[in-house]
Amino acid sequence: MRGRSGTGLLPPVILGLMLLPVAAGLAGTVMPAMGHLPAAGFSGFSLMPFAMLAETPGLGRAVGLSIWTGIAATALSLAITILIAAGWAGTRAFGRLERGLAPLLAVPHAAAAFGLAFLIAPSGWIARLVSPWLTGWTRPPDLLVLADPAGLALIAGLVIKEVPFLMLMLVAALPQANPAQRIRLARSLGYGPVRGWLRGVLPAIYPQIRLPIYAVLAYSMTAIDTALILGPTTPPTLSILILRWTAQPALDYRLVAAAGAMLQLGLVVGALALWRLAEIGYARLMVMRVCAGARGGHGAETALRALGGAVTALVSGILGGGLVTLALWSIAGPWGFPMPLPEALTGVTWARHAAHFGEASLNTAFVALTTTAIALVLALTLIETAPAGQRADRAGWLIYLPLIVPQISFLPGLQTALIGMGLGQGFTPVVMAHLVFVFPYVLLSLADPHAALDPRYDQMARSLRQGAWARLWRVRLPLLLRPMLTAAAVGMSVSVALYLPTLLAGGGRIATLTTEALALAAGGDRRAISVFALVQGAAALVPFVVAALGPAIIWRNRRDLRHG
Amino acid sequence: MDEPLILDDLAVFSGARRLLQLSLTVRPGQVVTVMGPSGSGKSSLLAAITGTLPAGMRATGQVLLGKMNLGALPPERRRIGILFQDDLLFPHLSVGGNLAFGLAQGGSRAERRARVDAALADIGLAGFADRDPATLSGGEKARVALMRTLLSEPCALLLDEPFAKLDQSLRAQVRQLVFDRARGLPVILVTHDPADADAAGGPVVTIGG
Amino acid sequence: MSLKQTLALAALTLWPALASAGPTPTNWPGILAEARGQTVYWNAWGGSTTTNAFIDWVGTRVATEYGVKLEHVKLADTADAVTRVLAERQAGLDGGGAIDLIWINGANFAAMKDAGLLFGPFAENLPNWALVDSNGKTVTTDFTVPVEGFESPWAMAQVVFMHDTADLPERLGSMSAILDWARAHPGRFTYPQPPDFLGTTFLKQALVDLTSDAAALQQPVDDATYAVVTAPLWTYLDALTPLLWRQGRAYPATGPAQLQLIADDEIDLAISFSPGEATAAIADGQLPDTVRTFVLDGGTIGNASFVAIPYNASAKAGAMVVANFLLSPEAQLRAQDPAILGYGTVLDMARLTEADRAAFDALDLGLATLGPAELGPARPEPHPSWMTRIAADWAQRYGAGL
Repeated sequence: MRGRSGTGLLPPVILGLMLLPVAAGLAGTVMPAMGHLPAAGFSGFSLMPFAMLAETPGLGRAVGLSIWTGIAATALSLAITILIAAGWAGTRAFGRLERGLAPLLAVPHAAAAFGLAFLIAPSGWIARLVSPWLTGWTRPPDLLVLADPAGLALIAGLVIKEVPFLMLMLVAALPQANPAQRIRLARSLGYGPVRGWLRGVLPAIYPQIRLPIYAVLAYSMTAIDTALILGPTTPPTLSILILRWTAQPALDYRLVAAAGAMLQLGLVVGALALWRLAEIGYARLMVMRVCAGARGGHGAETALRALGGAVTALVSGILGGGLVTLALWSIAGPWGFPMPLPEALTGVTWARHAAHFGEASLNTAFVALTTTAIALVLALTLIETAPAGQRADRAGWLIYLPLIVPQISFLPGLQTALIGMGLGQGFTPVVMAHLVFVFPYVLLSLADPHAALDPRYDQMARSLRQGAWARLWRVRLPLLLRPMLTAAAVGMSVSVALYLPTLLAGGGRIATLTTEALALAAGGDRRAISVFALVQGAAALVPFVVAALGPAIIWRNRRDLRHG
Repeated sequence: MDEPLILDDLAVFSGARRLLQLSLTVRPGQVVTVMGPSGSGKSSLLAAITGTLPAGMRATGQVLLGKMNLGALPPERRRIGILFQDDLLFPHLSVGGNLAFGLAQGGSRAERRARVDAALADIGLAGFADRDPATLSGGEKARVALMRTLLSEPCALLLDEPFAKLDQSLRAQVRQLVFDRARGLPVILVTHDPADADAAGGPVVTIGG
Repeated sequence: MSLKQTLALAALTLWPALASAGPTPTNWPGILAEARGQTVYWNAWGGSTTTNAFIDWVGTRVATEYGVKLEHVKLADTADAVTRVLAERQAGLDGGGAIDLIWINGANFAAMKDAGLLFGPFAENLPNWALVDSNGKTVTTDFTVPVEGFESPWAMAQVVFMHDTADLPERLGSMSAILDWARAHPGRFTYPQPPDFLGTTFLKQALVDLTSDAAALQQPVDDATYAVVTAPLWTYLDALTPLLWRQGRAYPATGPAQLQLIADDEIDLAISFSPGEATAAIADGQLPDTVRTFVLDGGTIGNASFVAIPYNASAKAGAMVVANFLLSPEAQLRAQDPAILGYGTVLDMARLTEADRAAFDALDLGLATLGPAELGPARPEPHPSWMTRIAADWAQRYGAGL
């Protein structure tokens, strides 16, 4: 497995395998956007879809909302992540936070959004806890807390999910930047630890977490489930408009939906470009600030650290509080406003849905395991065959395209392509569609630790006359066990939470916990939603638990490997 | 075995810049010390010999073991052992596992186990086979690393400042052990500690500067 | 021409109608035989726990009775099924499709029928069609579009309003009465946001109740009269919107989300398309037991729920067996039981056996369900073009922000 012997063809092949679905899917969207969808009786090319799109009432506001919520959520998530890392990296509390990341990351977007909604709505748990004794409310106040026109609730719902993700990526990238040494140096030059981290460590880390940040930006701008649950409705974000068009009975709206998807793709690309410009601007600014040599006061240092701690508590508090609310609703009997707790607890909701867990859980596990296993093999192949000294994922940044291109703009086309290949239903197309999304996350999670592996272990093994396979199986893979399990956990949590790819590729025939949960969510039964959100979250959590406990057990007698 | 290690007009380039160029013959049992300041390409010289030059660097000339040209062989078939300043014991293997990893192929499980145990006893670490390498002292690790390399039956030995990280009292002791054990092999020692060169007792080549 | 020749010619002429390959609906024993062992994927909205449980029950019954395996593909939106069939047609998959049966009606049906995406006609060949009240109930047209056997009815629906008697004790007799009450109690009423199905139903109900030209609604929209016919609706909504929950700046996404708002005591009045929904939701603990239902004095619009078979379905015979079972007195009785589903039956009581009729009579409709007399006759649905047009206008006026 060396880059210079005949394996050089592999990376392009893998790259092609991963890009083909996106390309085919995009083609399947461009055509209807240009007015060509023979199955629905539209042929030839016209600009009618774009004309209809332009006439959509509130389109301007919807577009503005998508850009604003996407950029605000990303900037806020990044700022919080950096604040926490700058203030606390290297401390014991940060170590605990690292371990606590997994459960936070496992909570699916929809579940987190529902938890937040059940918590902060005017009739939500917080209002119930303080009513009527504090607020005087005997009925929920008519306040626009959720679905506010500025999208603040939506931004909050995105931030509580993206902070854990960015934090995980940052933690993975940290060791390569050798933060302890850099901080020591900065402090010896008279900078406080926070400022030292910002000036000394962040510039080294940022390039490594740039892709995850772009993925967060693209995701936030195009989120569907979070926007449905928390976002404004008059008008909604562009993603919800597109969803509504695809749900319109009149088939010419399919064309408008396709045109809308193209617009969305353009918006995402534009926002990414804008972000890149901001990066460059910020870097220039920082160089000037660094040259000015400002050390700042001790007070500012303490304040920043305290703020970081407070924000951590807030984010985990909201996520945790949301989960507790879900748990309460899942066992709640009658629970009217303003009762602080349900009048009675009951297992009825769990019992009623338990029958459906079995098959859905098995399907979920099968798809997640298969997809992740394939993704791991492909990612390792790509990384291992990369020319020495070159990061596999840098060369093939195109692999991350599925994370950046809005799902709605290529999934319907991908579905048509799969059907055309005779892969219209069942597990195979579902696994293929999942792979498109799981693989980039697995590669993203694995590339940093692999690059951080001391190459001399491999040289040593070579000098001990070990061949390529022996070095892979007996040296590199065991040393990478922990990051591989983490990457697998990330991949599986992505797979578990995928809705549209499962539904579209599987022809609806593969019921997973997420397809069940989202179908039920459409019904708005808060108790049923809670049950499935918890089960879905638990399913995504299991791999993280394995990833955390596995190395601790396997390496219980290997001190240097027991902790990260 | 018992062939000299020959560097025939070996030159190492980083991009277009030539780092070093030298010809050298190291007879079995001889220790040649290569000295030079930081950045003079000492480690690159060793990487050129083992065939593990990083991307962007290349070598010209020949590396021979007796009459055999090593240039065409992948590193794992060159039979050139190397010791770094870090012990690089594999953290996922036990002490015995590390030795068995180095042990040349062949033999039954029991035979291999016996050879590992014997090797451990040989370096004063009898009964250490199941220990976690992380629990060993610096001197113990250095001895295990040396023994691991010797068990792979190399035809030549390269030493990349292997004593630099050991404290003063250990250094002499480990150094002695290495030179004793490597007897009969051509050895190239890279260092910038003159005491190492003195202890090696062989010719000294200075590169760079 | 001999009889044989005539038959052959008839078969040939009929052939285009059955252009999509599949079993012949007229040969019922043949269909039963073909259906045995088939798996039928029924794509149906999965948002209702009670409906899901009913479909599960149908599955166990058709398995034991006919050897048909029923899989409920739970959708968040019926349009997902339409999308799927479209994608299959686009990819040239004219047989072996993923969907065998769709719960459908109204505009989705009109669109699929129009695009030739449905198998049929089959409905009137189902043995249990003989029991259907095809004259009294609107089962041969769907939103004024002729069904022509391309979908089979299985439940009747009619608009009712749910009110929480703890806060709104009296029924309200008209759209104007609702507006008057909203003036006195601002923020206590809302409806699902169009183009949600129930949201547009509210708009149509208001239009039917307010307009002076109800006959025009049975024809496709005429641009010349559209403004006049709909003017009362916009005047009404202009007055109502600021009095709505959240001043009309946000709306619940769906009907069930609206139910939750009643349960949370955020609103006191909501629209429903199922007379039995309130009773079933009370039994389920989703609504307080103080909720009751009413209809408007001038009557409310009603329609039927249908099942249709895509033109490229894999198990057409099995799908027909399921459609037929849904029309059986056994299934209809269970669907009408408010403790289970509370959907109105499509059967004609006069065509049932004595025992079946008695079973229907014995059903306790439940505390929040109106009897047939109170419910009154359903008013017909407007032509689908009205729905599309007023939903678009609504988005322009109230859904696009200030």
